[in-house]
Amino acid sequence: MWGYVLRRVSYMLLTIWALSFVVFVIIQLPPGDYLSTYISSQQAQGNTFDDAAIAALRRQYGLDGTFFDQYWKWITNFLQGDMGRSFEWNQPVTVLLAERLPLTMILSISTLIFVYIVAIPIGIYSALNQYSLGDYVFSTIGFIGLAIPNFMLALILMYVLFKYFGLSAGGLFSDQYATAPWSLGKVLDLFQHLWVPVIVIGMAGTAGLIRVMRGSLLDELGKQYVVTARAKGVRERRLIFKYPVRIAINPIVSTIGWQLPRIVSGETIVAIVLSLPTTGPLLYRALLSQDMYLAGSIVLTLGVLTLVGTFISDILLVMVDPRISFEKKA
Amino acid sequence: MDAATGDLPVQSHERELTSEERYYLASQWQLMWRKFRKHRLAVVAALFLTMLYVVAASYEFWQIHSTNAQYNDYLNAPPSTIHLFDADGNFRGPFVYGVENELNLETFTREYAEDTSKIYPLRFFVRGDSYKFWGLIEGDLHFLGVEGDGKLFPLGTDSLGRDLFSRILAGSRISLSIGLVGVFLSFALGCILGGISGYFGGPVDLVIQRIIEFLISLPTIPLWLALSAAVPARWPPVQVYFAITVILSIFGWAGLARVVRGKLLELREYDYVTASTLAGATHAHIIFSHLLPGFMSYLIVHLTLAIPSMILAETSLSFLGLGIRPPAVSWGTLMQDAQNVRSIAVQPWMLTPGLFVIAAVLMFNFVGDGLRDAADPYR
Repeated sequence: MWGYVLRRVSYMLLTIWALSFVVFVIIQLPPGDYLSTYISSQQAQGNTFDDAAIAALRRQYGLDGTFFDQYWKWITNFLQGDMGRSFEWNQPVTVLLAERLPLTMILSISTLIFVYIVAIPIGIYSALNQYSLGDYVFSTIGFIGLAIPNFMLALILMYVLFKYFGLSAGGLFSDQYATAPWSLGKVLDLFQHLWVPVIVIGMAGTAGLIRVMRGSLLDELGKQYVVTARAKGVRERRLIFKYPVRIAINPIVSTIGWQLPRIVSGETIVAIVLSLPTTGPLLYRALLSQDMYLAGSIVLTLGVLTLVGTFISDILLVMVDPRISFEKKA
Repeated sequence: MDAATGDLPVQSHERELTSEERYYLASQWQLMWRKFRKHRLAVVAALFLTMLYVVAASYEFWQIHSTNAQYNDYLNAPPSTIHLFDADGNFRGPFVYGVENELNLETFTREYAEDTSKIYPLRFFVRGDSYKFWGLIEGDLHFLGVEGDGKLFPLGTDSLGRDLFSRILAGSRISLSIGLVGVFLSFALGCILGGISGYFGGPVDLVIQRIIEFLISLPTIPLWLALSAAVPARWPPVQVYFAITVILSIFGWAGLARVVRGKLLELREYDYVTASTLAGATHAHIIFSHLLPGFMSYLIVHLTLAIPSMILAETSLSFLGLGIRPPAVSWGTLMQDAQNVRSIAVQPWMLTPGLFVIAAVLMFNFVGDGLRDAADPYR
């Protein structure tokens, strides 16, 4: 067990290092940088910079030196909790992230729970009542859920809520709580707003999982041991839930690690459309204005959190399911 | 076949075949085709997709107006209604009324009203806006048009008075092809790397596996966004198009490589592969003539199901302004006008490009499902 955990941890660290490098390459790709844009716009306004001032600015923002120097500086500072300064907001990146990252995590974890809570019972129902009206309804919803871009679902839901219920679906808080410090009222308010983005982000994942759950349970239901148990007179409900459901649920739960990246992806784009106070819109603005430290830090942090989440779910799975061997998977 | 039947007259041979015998004699592809045909929804979806692609390839002909033609009297106009009977109840064939607009000074929106005294019949195969087919052949023939000064906007117009329907058709070329090109790139990468990984195994396999796991465990949208933001603004549309395709494929190949590898690991253990190796066949020969046909059907299923996710990704990126950029038109860029509730409330027709996305993705999923059932014809 501990050997397995150790191996997984070392893979994870290696992956995180690779990710940090990839992220740094990506944020270096755009020609020019925020500072040169800034300097030229200041010069256009008549402010002059001498070479020494420019060099000082470059040093302050860590933009001097070669590519590897810059990477080294960035990553070592990052490890010490200094993610650099946002050019656009003129604030440390850590301050900006501290406001928004917890909400991203709450949203992602809520969505993950929502996806499983909804998909598993519906999948079981659809398999047990194959070709029933309910099965067709859920299949149709599932197909559309897979086909609709989630930003469009967000737009449609926002429009329906606005037009027919007079509600604004954007944001995660009501006006009076938006800037207020955390309190019980604010938490309750958050949960009232959370369901719209959770449904929108979780739609595609839920639709996919319902299909997998339905398929694998149908496979199990046709097997000999089910027939045998039924012939022996085991009560139907007990029979279904004790054996085939437990087996069919396994492939779904073991892919929990694949759900997380999809949810974080969906969260980014839906948050931009619904203008949620999470990292998504922050990343979007940072990318548009070439605010590279902010953008890089968000992408890296999201990636690291996803990797850690996947790691935790893998370890939990091994602890819960004794059949998963600790040896290298085939 | 002829050699096998020998002296038997062909006529009697065909008569003797029962349907059961035909089943056993059929090749794998024939069996797959038979099974696919039984999947009604998939067949209909395949026909629909073929139609979409034909239209996308020749959209200039199906357009009613040219892509960038602006009609200043028709800003944000709602979809035109096609009538069959005039105001007095006489049958006139399909026609549209002339349209008058007025600025409502309270809401500051334009309100459009039909002028029932002006009747403009619809005509097929009319000469209209001139275009350059694929940028090469000049033409002005359109499938549908209106006689005289009448204007037909089947899906309304945007804020610059451009016909949304014609723009959706123009956008289909980019949106539908980016899925194909992207999947083709992913396919090439996935096949080569997955193939090497699965066929040779050992340390090569280990390295490629780590890369695949790395790519699969990352949230793609933030990385796609970051990569697309890095595409220089000066690049011409064609270059941007290929850049976006490459960006989408960079993360897309991993899933495919995983499928290829898994299947190869299974196939290379078969006796006929060992026999071929013993007979002195080269690696390339074994891979291309023994292994590839073995998992081609699985690959096709995965490709079909990978195209819709590419289409969705392109739409999302373009919608955010980080994918295809104007003046190039894709379904995603067309939806940029529908970014807030206010504009959707006033002009709900701006969401129609999204319906095309949904339809195309649904059809690909149906076809993929049908192919998946058909891919295992011996079951």
